[in-house]
Amino acid sequence: MTADTTAVIGSPRSTVDSIVRVTGLKKVYESNRGPVEAIGDITFDVPRGQFACIVGPSGAGKTTLLKCLAGLLSPTAGEVVLEGERVDGPPRGMAVVFQEYGRSLFPWKTVQQNVELPLRLKKTPRDQREHKVAEALTAVGLADRGHAFPWQLSGGMQQRVAIARAIAYEPHVLLMDEPFAAVDAQTRADLEDLVRSLWQDLGVTTLFVTHDVDEAVYLGERVLVLSASPTCVLDDITVDLPADREQVDTRSSARFAALRTRVHRGIQDAKAGRRTPSEQPA
Amino acid sequence: MTTRLRRVAAALGLPVVLVGLWWVTSAASTNYYFPPLQTILEQFGELWLSDRFLSDVVPSLARLTAGFALAAVIGVSLGIALGLTDALRRGAEPVLEFARAIPPTVLVPVIALVAGIGDTSKVLVIVSGCLWPVLLNTVEGVRAADEVMLDTCRTFGVTRAARLRHMVLPAASPQIAVGLRQSLSIGLILMVIGEMFAASNGLGFSIVQFQRSFAIPEMWSGILLLGLIGFALSVLFTLVEKRALGWYLGLRDFQKRNA
Repeated sequence: MTADTTAVIGSPRSTVDSIVRVTGLKKVYESNRGPVEAIGDITFDVPRGQFACIVGPSGAGKTTLLKCLAGLLSPTAGEVVLEGERVDGPPRGMAVVFQEYGRSLFPWKTVQQNVELPLRLKKTPRDQREHKVAEALTAVGLADRGHAFPWQLSGGMQQRVAIARAIAYEPHVLLMDEPFAAVDAQTRADLEDLVRSLWQDLGVTTLFVTHDVDEAVYLGERVLVLSASPTCVLDDITVDLPADREQVDTRSSARFAALRTRVHRGIQDAKAGRRTPSEQPA
Repeated sequence: MTTRLRRVAAALGLPVVLVGLWWVTSAASTNYYFPPLQTILEQFGELWLSDRFLSDVVPSLARLTAGFALAAVIGVSLGIALGLTDALRRGAEPVLEFARAIPPTVLVPVIALVAGIGDTSKVLVIVSGCLWPVLLNTVEGVRAADEVMLDTCRTFGVTRAARLRHMVLPAASPQIAVGLRQSLSIGLILMVIGEMFAASNGLGFSIVQFQRSFAIPEMWSGILLLGLIGFALSVLFTLVEKRALGWYLGLRDFQKRNA
């Protein structure tokens, strides 16, 4: 049972340098059939540099939460604070990678121009811009595809372009909304390792939303399990796996299995409508 | 190269057959209203490849260009404004539907009353018809903007003028091109109609003059020229479209091949 206690530590508020603080977040949509409470009450902190995964059953308001974090939706109550400033529109220090790469990249721009556009609007000088674009494309393994149009590339490569665009923007927080849900399993594994190694190299705080339990445990240092709607944080799990992860070895380790069981149990609890984790072994 | 040659041959095949048929069946014609094609072509060379090119063809084309360009600029700007602002569009929609339903031909005398019988009036007639396809297609194209793409713009600070230039306009451009193509053929028709009333030069004016003076081969040569201009404009439009919308045509081809 000692493993259990190490796995449960959440971050005590205000004792760490939190880059993202979500407090009492609530989102109610108006619909034809009256108000719908998508998010009930979400509170959590993310320390600077952490890789945190957010999982939840479908319909758990994951996308709503992400849009509130990104400043694309304003919450009904509560707040999101990024680096000490309340988010009330898309904040400058954040970049988002969306699931639908095909609808997120501009088909009339080449790969290079897609990555470059946010930098142009940030008024980055031209020579620096070229350097940063080349660097980001190299980092995602697309150094030689800069002149192609996104739609000429495979789905996995298109998502790499979107990732390159996000990291070239040099955000302090990287938000990813189920970025690999639309690619095949092998591509997915490659992209997971890419994101993990980019995070290790750049040290950028990463919030990764997914519905995939294994993916969350494999990638994150921490997994937040969301309840069903109206959403709250059902479980907050520290992933104490070694920093260097490998698709086969990590996923077949006993610790991985224990963690994934716990996250999975959380998802089942969420589906059953529970708001707190049920009694369970580690 | 061979595929290109084959394509050119396919495009020219039917016209060659039709002209050949016309030539053969009309060769011995003594019908006053349907002279032999040979006579028409002789007139064509004599008429249009001489001074008349400058005095009639060039003014007509200038009016068409001005009217089409003006309609494009007004249509696209107004279309963007209406497409981006729901309240504005809802308010303007009944008026637009009403204005669009009026055939521009009946406006010709009204426009002449207001704008006189000079070039301005001829250009306005063209604008009155060309405007609608551009305007309505632009509104539709702008409104179809993808939600994920809009969110992407917002998160990366692509806002206001930059969003218009880098996202809204390019995204709507295929739809705008559809409107422009429709407008071009409407413009050609209105160019001729505008010149049929109270004009002193131009293709429409010349053809009506020929009809009234029973210069039948000349009239036919003018009609032939109009057809050729229409064809040339369509080819030119396709060339420009290929350059400006290369990404879209490529994307569409790609999706077709992978569907």
